[in-house]
Amino acid sequence: MPDLQGFGPMLAKGTAMTVQVALLSTFFGVLIGIVVAMMKLSASRAARIAGDLYTTIVRGVPALVFILLIYFGGVRLVNEIARSLGHTQHIDLNAFVAGVFALSLAFGAYATEVFRGAFQAIPKGQIEAARSLGMGRWLTFRRISLPQVWRIALPGLGNIFLVILKETALVSIIGLEELMRKTEYAVGFTRQPFTFFLCAAFIYLGLTIVSMLTLQVLERRAGRGLEPMGAA
Amino acid sequence: MNIGVMIDSIPALLAGAGLTLRLVGLAVVIGFVIAVLAALARLSRNPLLWMPAYGFIFFFRGTPLLVQIFLVYYGLSQFPAVRASALWVILREPFWCALIAFSLNTAAYTAEVVRGAIQAVPRGQIEAAMAIGMSRLTRTWRIVMPQAVRIGLPAYSNEVILLIKASSLASTVTLLDLTGVARTISSVTYMPVELLSMAALIYLAMTFVVTRAFRFVEYLLSAERRQPPVAAGVSSRTLSAASSQVK
Repeated sequence: MPDLQGFGPMLAKGTAMTVQVALLSTFFGVLIGIVVAMMKLSASRAARIAGDLYTTIVRGVPALVFILLIYFGGVRLVNEIARSLGHTQHIDLNAFVAGVFALSLAFGAYATEVFRGAFQAIPKGQIEAARSLGMGRWLTFRRISLPQVWRIALPGLGNIFLVILKETALVSIIGLEELMRKTEYAVGFTRQPFTFFLCAAFIYLGLTIVSMLTLQVLERRAGRGLEPMGAA
Repeated sequence: MNIGVMIDSIPALLAGAGLTLRLVGLAVVIGFVIAVLAALARLSRNPLLWMPAYGFIFFFRGTPLLVQIFLVYYGLSQFPAVRASALWVILREPFWCALIAFSLNTAAYTAEVVRGAIQAVPRGQIEAAMAIGMSRLTRTWRIVMPQAVRIGLPAYSNEVILLIKASSLASTVTLLDLTGVARTISSVTYMPVELLSMAALIYLAMTFVVTRAFRFVEYLLSAERRQPPVAAGVSSRTLSAASSQVK
């Protein structure tokens, strides 16, 4: 264990913030993903085009550019609204809100494709059977589609989570006090960049390992009741 | 939105895009060489080979690229030995540091693509090649590699796209790549939204072109899976009837 010169608790706080941002972005990203996947699968042409536009743009632009764009765009928007309401002082946007917002949109764009595939993987006969039993659209969605979509989408969502977990490091650039930012403070104070960046790297690695193990448990839980892999 | 600023910034942004492409191009080539070596080591039965390869791949896939760049650019200067060595000429330049980080990062991801592609070649084919007496080298060159390239290409194209986007982190070590130029100009003009949107459009264009290029290569490599061009008019009609029925 390297000598952290008393910066341990600070790094721990940063790690907690990193985890918080990643989990919140995942939560909102999953919701966005489900909604946009439904849009892409809907009969409405406008909804399909809007969905395509969203996923193409977010997936084609670097996360760093996207985060900066959301942050500065958000600052400008908030200030213009405030000015029109008669407020004269400059308002700064909360880095936490901007970061979670940007990462949720990024997660949502990737999750859309995962959910689209998952919805399409549910046999049509099941939906027809549910409808013929008199279940409404919403009830069919909630009782038949959703529980199965969860199981099919889980591996894909897990991969996105691992990507987003690492992209939270970029939120340090707009000033959020997460692991990377705290590490930079420690580096500035101790002049030991290698020690502290390597330490941060191993914390991220630890988070990745914990996430992978958790995902394994979740996947096993979601797949219970099905034949074990390879038995068929 | 100030359209004038957006248009005025195009030449500078394109110059930045040039640096982005240079970084990505070099990192793709260097990364691929390292990736093939790492994948072969990873597939080896010798623990002295596969364990370091596994560690390398796990470290670079499990940590943020930002940390990796900072480790190379800021981190290595912590050691007086590095600063005194001949390598310092390279390691003090942000360009080379970014290139090293990008190459190692993409190598780790690509190694998994290469490994997956090699393993996906049907076992029976390798056994057949052995049965007709092909040497290990001929087998690899004639049977495994041509098929692995085809299997791995779609996943590899994803990795190249990811690298183009990841290269925007070069701006965090003072490089004037596409993102770096956009951030620098916007800190002078106070118009970050205009400049970042313009940069985003150029990134979209780059990823679009690269996606298309890979699709074209995939097309070239899939000759035997394509439908042969239909010679006579009669058969083309029956074919299109059949295909519309399939839909």
